[in-house]
Amino acid sequence: MASLHPERFLQNSFTDAPARIAGRENDVDMRSVLSTWLIGAAALLWLNGARAQDEAPAAETTTQATAEAVAPAPQGVAGLLRALAEASYSEKEDLLKQIVSEDAKAASAVLKALLDSRLYAKADGTVVIATGDGDTLQLSDAATGETAGSASSDELKRIGTNNALRKALRGMIAQLQLSNEDADVRLAAVREMMRSLDDSTVEVLRAHRQNENDGDVQSAIDVGLALADLQSDDTEVRLAAARHLDGELASEVYNALLPLTENNEDGSPKEADDRVRSAATAAVRSIERKRSFYSAIETLFFGLSLGSVLVLAAIGLAITFGVMGIINMAHGELIMLGAYTAYVMQQLMPQHIAAATLLSIPMAFIVSGLVGVAIERGIVRFLYGRPLETLLATFGLSLVLQQLVRSIFSPLNRSVSTPEFMSGSLVINDALSLTTNRLYIVVFMFVVFIGLQTLLKRTSLGLKVRAVSLNRGMARAMGVKSEWVDAATFGLGSGIAGVAGVALSQLTNVGPNLGQAYIIDSFMVVVFGGVGNLWGTLISGMSLGVINKLLEPWAGAVMAKILVLVFLIVFIQKRPRGLFPQKGRMAEG
Amino acid sequence: MKNQTSFIGQLLRSDLGSRIFFGLLLLTAVLIPTLNLLTPEGSALHVPIYTVTLLGKYMSYALLAIAVDLIWGYCGILSLGHTAFFALGGYAMGMYLMRQIGTRGVYGDPLLPDFMVFLNWKELPWFWQGMDLFWFAMLMVVVAPALLAYVFGWFAFRSRVTGVYLSIITQALTYALLLAFFRNEMGFGGNNGLTDFKDLLGFDLQARGTRIALFLTTALFLGIGYATCRFIIGSRLGRVVEAVRDAESRTRFIGYKVENVKLWLWTFSAILAGIAGALYVPQVGIINPGEFAPINSIEVVVWVAVGGRGTLYGAALGALVVNYAKSWFTAALPEVWLYALGALFVGVTLFLPQGIVGLVARIAAKRKAS
Repeated sequence: MASLHPERFLQNSFTDAPARIAGRENDVDMRSVLSTWLIGAAALLWLNGARAQDEAPAAETTTQATAEAVAPAPQGVAGLLRALAEASYSEKEDLLKQIVSEDAKAASAVLKALLDSRLYAKADGTVVIATGDGDTLQLSDAATGETAGSASSDELKRIGTNNALRKALRGMIAQLQLSNEDADVRLAAVREMMRSLDDSTVEVLRAHRQNENDGDVQSAIDVGLALADLQSDDTEVRLAAARHLDGELASEVYNALLPLTENNEDGSPKEADDRVRSAATAAVRSIERKRSFYSAIETLFFGLSLGSVLVLAAIGLAITFGVMGIINMAHGELIMLGAYTAYVMQQLMPQHIAAATLLSIPMAFIVSGLVGVAIERGIVRFLYGRPLETLLATFGLSLVLQQLVRSIFSPLNRSVSTPEFMSGSLVINDALSLTTNRLYIVVFMFVVFIGLQTLLKRTSLGLKVRAVSLNRGMARAMGVKSEWVDAATFGLGSGIAGVAGVALSQLTNVGPNLGQAYIIDSFMVVVFGGVGNLWGTLISGMSLGVINKLLEPWAGAVMAKILVLVFLIVFIQKRPRGLFPQKGRMAEG
Repeated sequence: MKNQTSFIGQLLRSDLGSRIFFGLLLLTAVLIPTLNLLTPEGSALHVPIYTVTLLGKYMSYALLAIAVDLIWGYCGILSLGHTAFFALGGYAMGMYLMRQIGTRGVYGDPLLPDFMVFLNWKELPWFWQGMDLFWFAMLMVVVAPALLAYVFGWFAFRSRVTGVYLSIITQALTYALLLAFFRNEMGFGGNNGLTDFKDLLGFDLQARGTRIALFLTTALFLGIGYATCRFIIGSRLGRVVEAVRDAESRTRFIGYKVENVKLWLWTFSAILAGIAGALYVPQVGIINPGEFAPINSIEVVVWVAVGGRGTLYGAALGALVVNYAKSWFTAALPEVWLYALGALFVGVTLFLPQGIVGLVARIAAKRKAS
C-alpha cells in the first residue's frame, strides 16, 4: 500500500551494490545539470560586472549636499542670500553665480531649493529652505544648513523664479554636479539631465565632454548629446545621432526614436529623410530586441528566486520525507517558527537589524530543530511504518502550533525589517535591475544546499543517517544508535525548515498562516524531484519556480499556479517516482 | 422480489453497529420534526428550527464522512481532496438555486445572476445553461464529481500512484480547484461564491416546512447512501476491495483488475460526496471556494478517524461528534478550538487507532471476558 514503508527500507541490504552504483550515476548526472545552472548564474553575475550603480548615488548627492552644508558657510554666502531675496530676476542669476563660486556645496542645496520653489526669506531677511507640506513648514538655514525651526507659510516670503532663471538654474546645477569628483555622481547627473534636455544642459554637457575622463560618464554624455542631435535641422547630424543611439537602453532614447519611425496623421512620415528613418527603425528594433532579452533574463531571475524559495522550503522536507519517509504536515509550521524567530530577534535587538537577522539564522535552526526533535520523540516514533497516520497526527500538530503562535503573537501579520545590506537593487542597465534581497536568497539557498549535502555525504552523522534509512537493522547491528539518528535527522530537517523561515521572512509577511501557504508547494517540489534525492529537490524547485514565472505574464499569477499544479498531477501519473527516481531495490514499493 | 427481501434481510441481520445506526437515524428523522412541529415554542421539549437545520448539516457531513470511509477504511485510499467532490456537488446545487432567484436579485436581471451583471457579462456562460431545470441540475450534482473522479482516478490508478503520493496529489487537485474557483473569470462567483438563494422547487428556503423537508431528504439520502455502501462492502466486490487494501500486489497477481475496482469505488465515493454537498448548500445558504480548502478535506479524514474507520457507522458518528464539538467550541471558547482539534488528531492517531467505535468494542469485549 504505502510506497514509503520503512519496512521496505529494512529489506534493502546495506551493501546493495546496484542501488548504490545507480545512485552514484544519478548524482553525476545531476551534477552536470546543476553545473549548467551554476554557469548560467555565474554568467548572470559576470554580466553585472562591478557596475553596481543605482538610485543611491543620486540620493547621496542630496544628503551629501545637505550634510556638508552643515559646515558653517562664510558670511559672504549669507549676505549674498539676503541680497537674493530682494534682487530682480536678472540680478539673481549673477548673485547665484557668485554663491556658486563662494561655496559650491551650500550652493547646490540653494539652487535645487530655488528650482523647486522651496527657498524662502524670513521676515528678518534670513534665507531658509523649507520642507514638508501643509501650513507648517520645516526650515533649515540656506547658508549653513542648520535646522531653523518651523514656521507657517504665511510668515515666509517665497523667492520667485521665472522661466529664464529656471533654465539657468538647471544649467548651474548640472555644472555643479558635473564638477563633482565622484564619477558615480557625475554619471547620475548626466542621467538626470537626459530626462529633461534643453539648450542650457546640452551646452553644459558639450562643454564638459572634453574634460571628462571617466569612460562610463563619457559614453553617457555621448548618448545625451546624440539625443539632442536628433532634434537638429541637419540631416547628417540626425543620421549620425540615430546610428549612435542604436541599442541604447535608456527609455528616453526609445521615446525619442520611436516618433521618427511613425507616420503623421495624414500618412506622411514624421521624419522626412529616408536614411534617418531607416537608421531610427533599426535602432528601435535593436533596442526592442535587447529589451526583450533583458526582460527574459529578469523573468529567469524571478523564476530562480522563486525557485530558491521553493527549494529552501522543501529541502528540510526532502530530508524528513525523502530520507526518512515521514510525512510531516507540520513542516510549514516549522518554517513559520523560523520566521517568527527572526521577528523576535529583531525585537530583541532593534538597534542592530543586520546582526539580529544574521543571528536569527542559527537561532531559527535551534528553535525549529528542537521542536522537530520533540515532535519525533513525542509523536512520530510511535507511528513508524504507518505513514498515513503520521500525516494526520502531524497535521493536528500543525493546527496546534498555528494557534499557539496566534495566541502568543496575535493573529495579525508581523513585519520583519530587511537589513540595509539586503535592501535596494542591483541596477545592471536601464532595462534590467535585480532586487538585492532576492539575489541574497538565491545565494543563501545554494549555501544551505551545499552545507546540507556536505553534512550528509562527508560527516559521520550523514553516514549514519543514510545507513539507517537504507537498512535500519543492519545499521543497528553495526552499532549505530538508530533511535538517536532518527531524532537527529528529524531535527536536522526541521532546523533547515527554520532557516528557510528566516529567508522567507525577508520576502513575505510573517503570520500564523505562513507555513500553510508553503506546505503543498513543498510536497510538490519533493515529489516532483524524486523522493530521497536532494539534487532532485534542487532541480525540481528551480524548474517549478522558472516555469511558474514564465507562465505568469501569459496566464496571470493564479492561473500560472493552477497550471503548474495540474502539470504536476499529470506528471506524477507519468512518472510516479518523480524526475530522478531512486533506482534499485529501494525504489520498489 | 426475492433479491430485494434478501437485501433488506441482509441489512437487518447485519452487524449491531448498522442496526443502531439505522435505528438512531429513523428515530432522529421522526422525533426531531415532530418535536419542532408539535411542541409550542418555549417548551422544554421544543426543538428550534435552527437546530433542525444544524442537524441536517451534520447529516450531510456524515454522508461525506461515509464516502471517505468507503475508500479509506475499506480500500486504503486516503483522499485528502474529497471536499473537492463535495464542493462540486454543492456548486451544481448552488447554480440551480442561483437561477431560481430570477428577477429578485439586486440587479433584477431575469437571466444573469447578480455577480455576472456586476462583472458586466452580457450572456450566460455555456456551463450555466440548463441549470435552471431541477432534473438537469441534479444530474450535474452526480455527473460533475463523478466525471472529475473518473478522469482523475483513471490516470492515477492506472499509473499505480498509491499511498502517500496519491494523498498528496488529491490535495493538489483540491488546491488547484480552490485557486481556480477564486477567479472571477471562472464564472462561479469568485471569492464570494454563490449565495442569497430564495427558493427550491418553488418552496421558500426560509420557510419552516422547506427546512424540515430538507432535513428529512438529507436523512433519507444518508440512509440510502449508508445502505448502498453496506451493500457494496457485503458483495463480492467488497471482498476484492478489502483484498486490495490489505495486499494490492497479491490481488493483482491473482487476476483481479485492481485499477478497475479502485476506480469504480472511487467514483462512487465521489458521487456520494457530491450528493452530500448538494444537500449541504440549501441548508447552509452559501457555497464558496473556501469549501475546496485542503484543510477541510483533512478535517473530514479526522472525523472518520475519530469515529473509527472501516465501519461506516463510525464515520457517521465521528462526523457528528467532531462537528458538534466544533459548534460548541467555536461558540464558547473560539481560541481553544484549534488546540482541541489538533489534540484530537494527535490523540486519536496515537491512542485510538480504531476510533470511538474501536474503544467501545474493546470495552465491551473486556466486559464479556470478565
